[in-house]
Amino acid sequence: MQEPDEKKAVLNICQDHDNRPEDLVEILHSVQDLAGFLSDEALREIASCINLTRAEVHGVVSFYHDFRRAPSGKTVVKICLAEACQAVGCDALKEHATQALSIDMGQTSSGDEVSLEPVYCLGNCALGPAVMINGNLHGRVTPEKLDALVSEADS
Amino acid sequence: MSTVTVFVPKDAAAISVGADDVAAALSQEAQNRGIDINLIRNGSRGLLWLEPLVEVETPSGRVAFGPVARGDIVSLFDADFLSAGDHVLGHGLTEDIPYLANQERLTFVRCGVADPLDLGAYETQGGLVGLKKALELESTAITEEVTLSGLRGRGGAGFPAGIKWETVRKEVAEQKYICCNADEGDSGTFADRMLIEGDPFVLLEGMVIAGRAVGADTGYIYIRSEYPYAIRTLTDAVSRFEQAGLLGENILGSGQAFAIHIRVGAGAYICGEESSMLESLEGKRGQVRAKPPIPAISGLFGKPTVVNNVLTLATVPYVLANGGKTYSEYGQGKSLGTQPFQLAGDIARGGLVEKVFGVTLRELIEGFGGGTRSGRPVRTAQVGGPLGAYIPESAFDVHMDYESLSGSDAMLGHGGVVVFNDSVDMARQARFAMEFCEIESCGKCTPCRIGSVRGKETLDKIIAGADVEKNLAVLDDLCVLMTDGSLCAMGGLTPMPVTSALKHFPEDFGSARQAVE
Repeated sequence: MQEPDEKKAVLNICQDHDNRPEDLVEILHSVQDLAGFLSDEALREIASCINLTRAEVHGVVSFYHDFRRAPSGKTVVKICLAEACQAVGCDALKEHATQALSIDMGQTSSGDEVSLEPVYCLGNCALGPAVMINGNLHGRVTPEKLDALVSEADS
Repeated sequence: MSTVTVFVPKDAAAISVGADDVAAALSQEAQNRGIDINLIRNGSRGLLWLEPLVEVETPSGRVAFGPVARGDIVSLFDADFLSAGDHVLGHGLTEDIPYLANQERLTFVRCGVADPLDLGAYETQGGLVGLKKALELESTAITEEVTLSGLRGRGGAGFPAGIKWETVRKEVAEQKYICCNADEGDSGTFADRMLIEGDPFVLLEGMVIAGRAVGADTGYIYIRSEYPYAIRTLTDAVSRFEQAGLLGENILGSGQAFAIHIRVGAGAYICGEESSMLESLEGKRGQVRAKPPIPAISGLFGKPTVVNNVLTLATVPYVLANGGKTYSEYGQGKSLGTQPFQLAGDIARGGLVEKVFGVTLRELIEGFGGGTRSGRPVRTAQVGGPLGAYIPESAFDVHMDYESLSGSDAMLGHGGVVVFNDSVDMARQARFAMEFCEIESCGKCTPCRIGSVRGKETLDKIIAGADVEKNLAVLDDLCVLMTDGSLCAMGGLTPMPVTSALKHFPEDFGSARQAVE
């Protein structure tokens, strides 16, 4: 996204929320949905629109796991690592994924293809291991199924 | 042949194992064969091991087939499943499947029955009766009915809903709020998600009733971002309620006003804690507030606020429609009504089981759940989410109600049951409890913020066999400190899975066995 456009888009989003500081989390979601991540410029713009300090905005951004300060890969793979999925082998699935993609959890593969992220519960606890790929939920995911799903999403 | 109605769930869990594919293949195959079908995407019945569960409407009732894969569609048509023909995936009448037939569904009575966004079907099946009654009642009569029902908060704390409502009702303020906590972060729980995706109107109805009861005209639903399917269904449900005049300035001509706003979380477990959720709703870091003041006195934006879980609010329409007394006739002791239990982890028949309080854990895991999916012996179950106790198989006869569980150093939480087989390493599970607290702590109080890090480190030493007895003493001390000194349940209850693992499975903590005993 080109910078003047992003600035305008951020202004519009803040305006849609009447520049209310109590809508900060909503505004951050909207900006991230649009731009893919939260840039320094975007945060500066948001802070000025809703009359908060950049430190206050940074505090909110850094508190929540969802908000990213750098672009993600084209495919975002979230692997549930919480107890119900642990009981059915999510640790092995995680090992498989990190080895197959040669990255750790929380990293993005070279060429910005795939980001691997931990998530603590997708609410699919009876059909684990659960994985969410670009917002789509998958259950009973085996290493083979994960490979197929990732290459399908990537193509 | 008249048009047959076929149901394929659009619940996220069903979709996660192929329900969308099945629905598409079913439509296609029907078209290929020149058969007209009326395909309805319903919510889930909660028989999750059978998902995708395809149901066919027949003169004798709905007939179930599952788990159906795309590849089964041709054989289903060949077997004339549209006339309830015999098929290897057939289960007969859905309502007669023991898993469902042996439940007492009050809160989930409509879940999975119809298209969740079909307001006409909602009303036909008993929806809006509670609201219409409430609109004719004085506010005190509503809170009295809820108090009489014995309904307690289903989010985990179990505080009597009627008393909370009455506290807010009596507050004098220009603005009050109803906040629905749909930040269902506990692993092993999915009842809120399933209800929102399967019968969202009942939650909205409950919120309007709550608004009427306490004098609030604005409600917020705080739903976690990990639930994109539920967010979409809920957003549509609110629009339909608005269009039908069930939200707005003058609900059903009663003069009652109520608006509902949806707010999406941002991946913070702690925002399921009510005061942290309120901070997040105010656009801030989700750090917990010290109590007092309680939210009923000073909640969202400092105004009197009812904070209730999805299941609590979704049970209110039943209470109003059938009377608090009827609801209170279910259950035992101070645990009245029903609890939607969620069977998860390594379990053969995972899903949602709404039962009267008092059912045993064994009945849930062995009777309903059918033991493990892997076929290995069951070793333990964690009840009540990541902050709940690990209960050993030998203690599965415990009754599932608030008091019996707390008497066993456990807790009901949000009703999640996560089953582990004999391959589980309990020292690792204890370590994970501390690690999770480290990741998700809001950081406001020291016992939680630093205790969790030290707890994880100490467990690492124990696992590595370094000074095991000394480190167990440190861990024990730390658990007491976190329990007694933390500001909220996150730090305060993280020791519960740790100490229960130590108590019941000392053999997993190496040479530490005697030290523990």
